[in-house]
Amino acid sequence: MAQHGPGDLELIGLTKSFDDFTAVEPMDLTIPQGSFFALLGPSGCGKTTTLRMVAGLEQPTAGQILIGDTDITNTRPHQRNVNTVFQSYALFPHMSVMDNVQFGLRRRGDKDAKRKAQEALDLVELGHAGRRKPNQLSGGMQQRVALARALVNRPDVLLLDEPLGALDLKLRRQMQIELKRIQQEVGLTFIHVTHDQEEAMTMADSIAVMNAGRMEQLGDPAALYENPSSTFVANFLGQSNLLAAHITGTAGDGRLTADVHGHEVLVDAGRVPAGLRDVWLGVRPEKLALGEGNGVNELKGTVSDASFSGVATQYLVRMPWGMDLTVVQQNDGSARARLGDAVTLSWDPGHEFVLDSAQDEDAGVEHVVVDG
Amino acid sequence: MPAWSTWSSMAELAVLSGGTARPPARRANWVPYALLAPGLLWLAIFFVAPMVTLLSQSLQEGSVEAGYTFTGNWQIYVDALQKYWPQLLRSVGYSAAATLGALVLAYPLAYYIAQKAGRWKGLMLVLVVAPFFTSFLIRTLAWRTILSDTGAVAGLARSTGLTDVLQAVALTGNDSLLSSKFAVIAGLTYNFLPFMILPLYASLDRLDRRLVEAAGDLYATPWQGFRHVTWPLSLPGVVAGTLLTFIPATGDFINSRLLGNTQTVMIGQVIDSQFLRVLDYPLAAALSFILLVLILVLVSTYVRRAGTEELV
Ligand SMILES: Nc1ncnc2c1ncn2[C@@H]1O[C@H](COP(=O)(O)OP(=O)(O)OP(=O)(O)O)[C@@H](O)[C@H]1O
Ligand SMILES: [Mg+2]
Repeated sequence: MAQHGPGDLELIGLTKSFDDFTAVEPMDLTIPQGSFFALLGPSGCGKTTTLRMVAGLEQPTAGQILIGDTDITNTRPHQRNVNTVFQSYALFPHMSVMDNVQFGLRRRGDKDAKRKAQEALDLVELGHAGRRKPNQLSGGMQQRVALARALVNRPDVLLLDEPLGALDLKLRRQMQIELKRIQQEVGLTFIHVTHDQEEAMTMADSIAVMNAGRMEQLGDPAALYENPSSTFVANFLGQSNLLAAHITGTAGDGRLTADVHGHEVLVDAGRVPAGLRDVWLGVRPEKLALGEGNGVNELKGTVSDASFSGVATQYLVRMPWGMDLTVVQQNDGSARARLGDAVTLSWDPGHEFVLDSAQDEDAGVEHVVVDG
Repeated sequence: MPAWSTWSSMAELAVLSGGTARPPARRANWVPYALLAPGLLWLAIFFVAPMVTLLSQSLQEGSVEAGYTFTGNWQIYVDALQKYWPQLLRSVGYSAAATLGALVLAYPLAYYIAQKAGRWKGLMLVLVVAPFFTSFLIRTLAWRTILSDTGAVAGLARSTGLTDVLQAVALTGNDSLLSSKFAVIAGLTYNFLPFMILPLYASLDRLDRRLVEAAGDLYATPWQGFRHVTWPLSLPGVVAGTLLTFIPATGDFINSRLLGNTQTVMIGQVIDSQFLRVLDYPLAAALSFILLVLILVLVSTYVRRAGTEELV
């Protein structure tokens, strides 16, 4: 990731209200120049509204937007060196694909518009389609034209509002790699809005998770995944088993003891926010081992569901207190459990995360994207 | 034949103003003909038959008292053109001016109603159509009162120097507004304004605001956004509106009679008096036919140009 540079995008207390409804709560954010930033969140959480404010298409209710030291809050969209790939594509229906892609360059009087536009079209594998009209293209092709039309201008900041949503899996993976390559090659700042958490995690240098107009957490993908700061993030980003637990004491060696429905487990002291007693103990499904156990942090249960997906098997293991824990076991040749088997689950201390039990354990859970 | 190509161009236009053309459906192929039949029948009875009658009447000689006989003498067309070409040209000129005036007035209004009026949309559209609740004649007579020398409009025009400007460009002959070129063109503009506003409204209402936003995002100034996105996308409405204004305005005879003078006689007025007062039916028929062909030629040229240059 680039260091603090002259082209950083900085949002200061950026807020947007529509009448009495606040779509974006005051947001403070610095996105370093040249970084790939992902904005992740459920539908209606304010992602598009945030992008529109950066693009100048929506006047913020309060706050400032800076690129480097320049305050662009009150400039018009055409004065900003920011381009958008719109969620709805917004291709000009009366112009050819070529003219669509040239549009921005032409407005700036670029003499080389034609060649650059052709290059951009080649990049999205539509070099042959320049003379067609947008309505003669498939949804995925239109999306790629929208991408080319924005990319070709090489803006300071490129805003991508679910730019790959309409593509099939293969093309999407290909475009992800392509986007990442372009971003690194040209050093543009990308702000990428997506529903697809896997896409966000694989592509982005840092991710902001938004929920109901608020930024829940900001960080690099690994930090977000390993150390979610709220149950919402824990559930929204991947899957989590949240165990109701009570911190009971210290166990030395930098560990604390906790009680989970009558079972004593060890917790890394560094992962427990100071002073917290009643907590959610979160363990990711792939951190749970199915089998003999490790002597600490063991829970016994019976397999209530097993689904084999080739690379791995996902189990649901029913606990004595009625809760189903999700376990993912890699297909590494170890014996597979069957429905009804009594099994022991275990995890290593330090592989958990700890959240305040005052939070809603189901926050963000319905939004888990099960997506290739 | 220009006439034929005009009809097909107009059909294209109808498709364009109706939105996206649909691919032809695979159905029994008599269905389109069945759907066309009532319309074709109507056209045959009320358009083709009168046209044929008109054409044959123009080639007859005689008088109302003695009766007419068909002679097939085309000389009457030469005579009619020689005698009335100034009125013909004037009609086209006034009508074009009125069409342009209506476009300039209607576009911002239609844009406002379609894009900004919000919940007032319905009310504003009703107001646009409201003049139709009174007759054309009454509305035009009202303009005589509005423009009369003692009226507020004339007073304002005199005090602001508008009358001097109008005289300087020869739209009026003296201090008064009435009985002048200006009055006739203003009357035409006013009377056909709704025909301009409604199709413009229809195409601007369909305009996707996000496209204009996208133009702004791609460095287009508001003016460039209008020039490159809004205007071309509203062209079907512009073409439909200008046709709906230009065609009836060219043949109009009420505005020139009620608001004009002897120097502003339009061709419709001539035809009207030849048919109903002078009772020279062949001449009136010939003039009607000339007007028809003239409009067809102008309109088909216009539609074809608009079609090839901007719409496709
Ligand atoms: N012009 C507007 N007027 C009123 N409310 C609006 C307007 N635009 C957006 N909103 C509201 O603001 C909230 C955030 O909308 P936004 O489009 O930013 O969501 P999003 O995160 O992009 O969702 P999605 O993933 O579905 O695209 C929504 O509840 C929406 O209803
Ligand atoms: Mg959105």
